[in-house]
Amino acid sequence: MRLPHFEYAAPRSLDEALRLLAEAGEEARVMAGGTDLIVRMKHGLLKPGFVISLAEIEELRPISFDRRKGLSIGATARLAEVASHAEIKRRYPAVASAAEKTANVQVRNMGTVGGNICNAAPSADNAPTLIAMGAEAVIAGGKGKRSVPLDRFFKGPRLTALEPDEILTAIQVPVPPPYSGASYQHLSARGRVDISAVCVGAMTVFEGSTCREIRIALGAVGPKPLRALEAENLLKGQSWTADMIDSAGRKAAEEARPISDVRASAEYRRQMVDVLTRRAVLEARSMAGKRRR
Amino acid sequence: MKHQITFTVNGDEVSILVDPWKTLNEVLREDLNLTGTKLGCGTGDCGACTILLDGRSVNSCLTLAVSVNGKSVQTVEGLAPSGEELHPVQDAFIKAGAIQCGFCTAGMEMSAVYLLGQNNSPDENQIRAGLSGNLCRCTGYNQIVEAISMAAASLRDARPEGVKQ
Repeated sequence: MRLPHFEYAAPRSLDEALRLLAEAGEEARVMAGGTDLIVRMKHGLLKPGFVISLAEIEELRPISFDRRKGLSIGATARLAEVASHAEIKRRYPAVASAAEKTANVQVRNMGTVGGNICNAAPSADNAPTLIAMGAEAVIAGGKGKRSVPLDRFFKGPRLTALEPDEILTAIQVPVPPPYSGASYQHLSARGRVDISAVCVGAMTVFEGSTCREIRIALGAVGPKPLRALEAENLLKGQSWTADMIDSAGRKAAEEARPISDVRASAEYRRQMVDVLTRRAVLEARSMAGKRRR
Repeated sequence: MKHQITFTVNGDEVSILVDPWKTLNEVLREDLNLTGTKLGCGTGDCGACTILLDGRSVNSCLTLAVSVNGKSVQTVEGLAPSGEELHPVQDAFIKAGAIQCGFCTAGMEMSAVYLLGQNNSPDENQIRAGLSGNLCRCTGYNQIVEAISMAAASLRDARPEGVKQ
């Protein structure tokens, strides 16, 4: 399986990358780790005339944490780096867990969280947790910088809010509030390695026994990662009972818009949204109990 | 336009002109005649093409050759540079009978070397997770897991302070 022919550049600065992208227009594709782009090019699904690699741009690499701004995951931070990063494991364990559950060892050593987001597969393993945690896509383009909340970043299968002249530079995740917890749950045919058939991310903030805030995001059960807003409403402001959690699971299943494909039937997906939503909110609550600050 | 790249393969510096659409796998096998690294699926699923890039295990079929400029590549040929004395991982694969057709072996061994560099005493689950990106159609994996356990033990005996790649 050979790649179609293309020209290549690996600029050393973001400005240079933006300039090259603006000049090349729709002919160009931006590449981070390449584990999605190269496969799609080999399958003939994409035939860019020009590939712009972000790999040599130092400013896009770092993962950093700031007590006010929160976590910044640079566009080219690899999945393996995010999965094993000490600060992420301590403060954002669900983010590390989702990265660790993405693909396999070799792909995690090449692929990036930013690429997983920009590839915009409805099943993107890193999307539900990051959406649930209120993450934003930080974007640079010809008109300057902007940020887009991640739940508005996805527009459809393989479609994002990025304009043709724009590059994702980082994913910014707010500081988790005190008494908050998050969880990532997924299911696939083999349990590991293969693409998720259903995935759910949840984040919740508690005040005593009352849930003050909750966000639930569903993956692989719609044209893009979806918020389960009605399920959230059943749990927000409440002291959860077992019945409430069951209702929220069922409501999330109603909100899902799954299709049947090679990975699972729509019926199975819908039922598993129910199960995984309950697991995710319960784990998020239990994490919230452990995390005082 | 071809790109001039310079990188090391198993410690030797290589300078070569490559087309940007050539994968590292193609350059290793076709231009450098290092055919120990196999090409299986070509899409990052099977791991037969696994090599170490700056010490990290990656799929050479998904790596553009032009992107390894300035980097260090290790292939299965680098595990036994003399061609005679085998790497403890290779030894263990033979002793455990972890090979049938052999097509996945080079990739398995590179993943094993990477895993043991990270963790010198992996348990069975950690070994299986470490091989999650390598498929074997013959052995059923049991002998491979056993081989990696054996290799870990012999590497620990050889270098008790911890395994370095």
